[in-house]
Amino acid sequence: MSKIKVIEEKLKNKELPLFKPGDLVKVHYKVVEAGRERVQVFQGTVLKIRGKGAKKTFTVRKISFGVGVERIFPLYSPRIAKIEVVRKGKVRRAKLYYLRERVGKATKVKEKRMLETSGVKVAEKLDEEPKEEVKEEPIKKRGILRGRFHPRSQKANSKKKTSES
Amino acid sequence: MSKGLLGKKVGMTQVFKEDKAIPVTVIEAGPCFVVQLKTVEKDGYEAIQIGFNEQRESLVNLPIKNHFKKAGVSPMKHLVELRLNKGEIENYQLGQAITVEIFSPGEKVDVRGVSKGKGFAGGVKRWGFAGFPASHGSRYHRAPGSVGSSTFPARVIKGKRMPGHMGNCRRTVQNLEIIEVIPGENLLLVKGSVPGANGSVVLIKEAAKLSTRLKKK
Repeated sequence: MSKIKVIEEKLKNKELPLFKPGDLVKVHYKVVEAGRERVQVFQGTVLKIRGKGAKKTFTVRKISFGVGVERIFPLYSPRIAKIEVVRKGKVRRAKLYYLRERVGKATKVKEKRMLETSGVKVAEKLDEEPKEEVKEEPIKKRGILRGRFHPRSQKANSKKKTSES
Repeated sequence: MSKGLLGKKVGMTQVFKEDKAIPVTVIEAGPCFVVQLKTVEKDGYEAIQIGFNEQRESLVNLPIKNHFKKAGVSPMKHLVELRLNKGEIENYQLGQAITVEIFSPGEKVDVRGVSKGKGFAGGVKRWGFAGFPASHGSRYHRAPGSVGSSTFPARVIKGKRMPGHMGNCRRTVQNLEIIEVIPGENLLLVKGSVPGANGSVVLIKEAAKLSTRLKKK
């Protein structure tokens, strides 16, 4: 898969803020209207972030004239000029589908207060997935694991127990 | 019918082109080497044989080893023959490397590979039969249904779509657009999906059946 990552890495040429479901964001989206390009701002709560790599998308929900509107944006779309995080939300779910059933004040997500700064961490790349470390397990050879070195041998187990206690 | 390359399907992803997300298959294609030149005088037709994916010399037997030796290249795992138009053979020499650079973005190609095996599949999966009611007391769900009439012709017509083995056979997908060529990494980005699992070998060829409308472009 590394070759695919090479291609996908190229997409991540933009500085995007780190945001999570529950955050109130402003998405500056380029729209072509009558041959003219302008920037439209869509402000709402991030409902979910799904996918990985180049296919990552996020859904933003807002209430417009009493009607719930959801838009799905591809995270690395060149149409996205900027993403602003207005407020951090305090949520306990990754997918905030429960907001869809709520009306009025109940749709509000509690704000997450940051200790040192109430501001928002910016200029952090979003797609930083924790690198998986490749654990190199020593090749177990039958011959070596005989006797007390065998994992099921009592001697080895008793040694473990003592070390644990 | 001259341009062709062997490659390995890496997987699928998406790229943005003119602000639109395009699904692409990444193929690690080539470099392939010309292993044999077939000529009218000797073989009755013109073609080149190209090889892909080098392997250790110790893994091949003597006749194969010498076949590659003639071209001055190391033994390769996959060989394929490409028919040429008359006279085109003069453009090729033994041992010549063919890379992804023979293709350019916007070009249409056919991609051939071995599709993923599905095993013994029923009519619904294999032929897209609609099936029968799942509920309301129905006890007849995914069976093929009637296979023909009785008194006349009193047999099942040849070619009747029936359950059977599906997949794991050679398939060609025609007229796929090349989105990007990355010569440094030997990568081809082809729009859409291609047959086979990730890591399987595919043959990329110039599109054989371009419509006149596409040809003009």
